[in-house]
Amino acid sequence: MTGGASGPGVGLGDWTPDSLAVPGVVRAVVSAPDPVLSRAADEVDPTAAETVQLAADLVATMKVSPGCVGLAAPQVGVGARVFAVDVTGHPKAVTVHGTFVLCNARVVEATRWKPGREGCMSVPELTGDVKRASRLVVEGDLPGSGEPVRLVTDGFEARALQHEIDHCAGLLFLDRVAGAHAVYQRKVYL
Amino acid sequence: MNELAITVIGRDRPGIVADVAEVLARLGANLTDSTMTRLRGHFAMTLICTGPAAAEVEAALASLAAEGQLVATVRAVTPDGEVPPVGEPYVMAVHGSDRMGIVAAMTRVLVDAGGNVTDLSTRLTGALYVVLAEVELPAGVAATLIDRLHQTAAELGVEVTLRPADPDLL
Repeated sequence: MTGGASGPGVGLGDWTPDSLAVPGVVRAVVSAPDPVLSRAADEVDPTAAETVQLAADLVATMKVSPGCVGLAAPQVGVGARVFAVDVTGHPKAVTVHGTFVLCNARVVEATRWKPGREGCMSVPELTGDVKRASRLVVEGDLPGSGEPVRLVTDGFEARALQHEIDHCAGLLFLDRVAGAHAVYQRKVYL
Repeated sequence: MNELAITVIGRDRPGIVADVAEVLARLGANLTDSTMTRLRGHFAMTLICTGPAAAEVEAALASLAAEGQLVATVRAVTPDGEVPPVGEPYVMAVHGSDRMGIVAAMTRVLVDAGGNVTDLSTRLTGALYVVLAEVELPAGVAATLIDRLHQTAAELGVEVTLRPADPDLL
């Protein structure tokens, strides 16, 4: 399904990372307190070559990072409103749109808020309890074509999208934790 | 670098944290991990600091304690190596009528299963007693542990739940 003149298309249509048609380069992931993580990122032109390259790089970096289900441009040091998500195979995922990249994404509907404990590649040693909407509608632009899309999702994919959209707004999960006792040392299992 | 374990406990009033933190900052003591919370009208701070000698911090906090109703202790500690986690994180919640020995009995069950409590808080409000514990459990023990927790809780006349607290990496 593709977007019509009346508004963004629902779903990703036939978009896949291959649509970007450029090889992605794995980039270094930055950690807090890097200031790029705390700045609201800039809107991008989704059709620009640099945006397409960034999208491919985000997918490539996400794919080589164990357990990573989403990566936003500020996490690779770029203050741009672009992120990649892929929750395929995650046990808590319900609706799954596969691997995708959104530019200039925004939440348009958020309901059924639920608490959950989340961690972040850019805050590697802490986790925190954060409430997120479990029903979510997001609008954004696809990199490459620039086509506007509207994604309706839920559960774990909804949580991942909110976490990445927060990154693009300069927010970490630490900015949303439930209280003074809602941040934990992250355990690394051997 | 000196590592200091500091406790400060006193009657709760606005400004305790700012006062203590100011004293530490003035001495060049860097506040690392800490918990500070109100416990039944007392404000309790447990802090790890790095920087000056213990005696110096003790003297500075003593002057603060003299002004109000604060008790402070300072002791030099040796930085521990990282303790490897024993397994997977869980949250145990216990609630029921207050009685002697709830924490002792419930945490003993956790320890006997190879668990390690990493955080625990209790609250007594009226007749209701509440225990919340973060505990690391060896893989695979949760299913049998929950039966033992239920059994002990039944003996104490309290309710218990144990749920995984596994974080999702985003």
